[in-house]
Amino acid sequence: MAADAIRRLLLGVLPLLALAALLVWIVRSRPAESLRGDAPPVEILSIQKVELAPREIVVSVLNDGPDRSTIAQVQVDDAYWSFTQDPPGPLTHLSRARLRIPYPWVHGETHVVRLVTATGLTFDHEIAVAVATPRPGWRFLGLFALIGLYVGIIPVALGLLWYPLLHRLSRRALDFVLALTLGLLLFLLVDALHEGLEAAGELPGSFQGVALLAFGAAAAYLALEALGRWLRSRRAQSDAAWVTALLLAIGIGLHNFGEGLAVGAAFALGEAALGTLLILGFTLHNLTEGLAIVAPLAKSRVPLRRLLLLGLIGGAPTIAGAWLGGFTYSPVWAVLFLAVGAGAIAQVIVQIFRGVAGERPLASYLGSGPAVAGLFAGFTVMYATGLLLQ
Amino acid sequence: MKNPLSRRALLRLAGLGSLGASIAAAVPGGERRPAAGYPAAGPPSAAGSHHGGHAMGVVGRVSTEAFDPAVFLRSWNFSHLAEPERSRYYRETTRPDGSLLREYEIFAVDREVEIAPGLFFPAWTFNGQVPGPTIRATEGDRVRIRFVNQGSHPHTLHFHGWHPPAMDGSLPEHQVEPGEDFLYEFDAEPFGLHLYHCHAVPLKRHIHKGLYGAFIVDPRTPRPPADEMVMVMNAFDTNFDGDNEVYAVNTVAHFHMTEPIPVAVGRPVRIYLINVTEFDLLNSFHLHGMFFKVYRTGTSLETQEVTDTLMLCQGERAILETSFRYPGPFMFHAHQSEFAELGWMGMFHAEGAGHGG
Repeated sequence: MAADAIRRLLLGVLPLLALAALLVWIVRSRPAESLRGDAPPVEILSIQKVELAPREIVVSVLNDGPDRSTIAQVQVDDAYWSFTQDPPGPLTHLSRARLRIPYPWVHGETHVVRLVTATGLTFDHEIAVAVATPRPGWRFLGLFALIGLYVGIIPVALGLLWYPLLHRLSRRALDFVLALTLGLLLFLLVDALHEGLEAAGELPGSFQGVALLAFGAAAAYLALEALGRWLRSRRAQSDAAWVTALLLAIGIGLHNFGEGLAVGAAFALGEAALGTLLILGFTLHNLTEGLAIVAPLAKSRVPLRRLLLLGLIGGAPTIAGAWLGGFTYSPVWAVLFLAVGAGAIAQVIVQIFRGVAGERPLASYLGSGPAVAGLFAGFTVMYATGLLLQ
Repeated sequence: MKNPLSRRALLRLAGLGSLGASIAAAVPGGERRPAAGYPAAGPPSAAGSHHGGHAMGVVGRVSTEAFDPAVFLRSWNFSHLAEPERSRYYRETTRPDGSLLREYEIFAVDREVEIAPGLFFPAWTFNGQVPGPTIRATEGDRVRIRFVNQGSHPHTLHFHGWHPPAMDGSLPEHQVEPGEDFLYEFDAEPFGLHLYHCHAVPLKRHIHKGLYGAFIVDPRTPRPPADEMVMVMNAFDTNFDGDNEVYAVNTVAHFHMTEPIPVAVGRPVRIYLINVTEFDLLNSFHLHGMFFKVYRTGTSLETQEVTDTLMLCQGERAILETSFRYPGPFMFHAHQSEFAELGWMGMFHAEGAGHGG
């Protein structure tokens, strides 16, 4: 018995031992070096973050290339400028450094930071609109909470106000509203994936942005799926609609967290200073999220307390996202949260489809007049309000 | 990486920017265009007081072991080398008519040069330095140069000055292949400030990689004695995008900002100024607090112009004469501010008693 176990263990470990030997051989004999000859090093420096303090630009840089890279000089707006590097010295693969540049940047104007490596390669970063980076503090926690209120909570809460109306609607009208919700969510899903892919594309190659996006979305989807199963197992069958609404609120909340992150980061990076009045478009765009949350509850009675809870779950994460994005923006987190938002929205869509399929064949519902009209209206509303935001 | 946000997310925000005075006022510097042009600033950060004066400029010092711009500035015909080392590269023999036969050994070699602290440019050089050694003769002297190409590409020597076509170093048959050599021989004329450079193609690359130098021909009756210096305005495209990253006189960015050129008050100063900048059409020389006489191409002993700013096109050169009236630091730089801040800027330091002052 024991001998058998040992044999099994050996069979399991043997390939690992062989692998370790191979790794040692590769590291020691460096077969790649002979292929490469004396070609210059592959240098890729990625500027992760730029903070603006009074008369100072602070640049966080990551070595995204396989080889060592040394920052020899720094230019700002085509002028060599003094800087200090922490930690000093060459950057190895995936190591980071902060550069402090005592540059008198000009509020509201554009600046270009250029890193010049020892081999003369250059890596540029444009500060589109220079605005002082906010420092964490009560004032900014409050400010970002206010932003989150405008962007997340108020539109969602306004959407919830349709709840009383939903009770008075005919079946055909309800079909329409449900399809409208589906249309809105499908649009959000496409939008979230688009933004996620865009952000993933801008991530340093080492972080494998697209894979991160795909698996982040899948993980969020499965997590919500498991949560739904668990909630249903604990509650009476009559509460199915409530569970669906709760999952919808969580999904939309996760999506809004990602949105808040982007908003906070934009504010922190000074993009807010671009300013024209587009808050109306934004409110309209997110108003529909509230409607989506309450749509499954049309046939059940829900106390006000619970409605408020749904509104908070759907809208409040925007504030948390704005805080995180505003104070510690990281492109990797941005991709991950956009992924989680997309996965959550996808799960919510499947949830609604399942709800419908429980009552009648899905195909016959989707082919019905109110459903087609609702889906079409959903896309149109999102597209039209989206136009205001472009 | 540009902006980590999509345009849409960014514009959403644009709305927030004008949400109301409450938000705008809550961001330091969030108010539109403060009169001062700077954000509401606290005291300058510690880093702001970096090297006492300008925060502008390169950081650190270059190694002057392989090439010292301060030495290059005041040497010609290998005068910086001690005998017998010097005679390996330069020999002069008096000819029956009293003029000199000047013989040079010039070789092309690939070499990395430090053009700013820690920044190494894969240069093609004459005798391992950029600019190449300054060649100086008197009008009527015979110049004989054995050119050996130790580099990795075909190169030539192309002199500005009177010479027959076979000595021009510009045609395909003039190319000197790696490992081969060629004897250039011609009379030094006319007097003036000229230059030499490689004329192999592609021309832009062969020149901007570093294959150029000064060729001074003195008139038979020498110019009055002066503190003489050679300044070659050059630039380097370190990332090979057709645009220069570093500008300088004599290669090293901002070198004379930390190593000012010492001069004496009242003593005549003569600057041999050559422009070999590639990619930019023009370069210029501007001197603070003073004026100088200009002798364009140095081919006349008559002053053409008295100015404090001189513009030169690619390959153009001029002799400048002045003397310092006051002691102390005097800045000089390209009056293209961009070139100045990318390295083409330096200081004189005048010693001695000035008049008036």
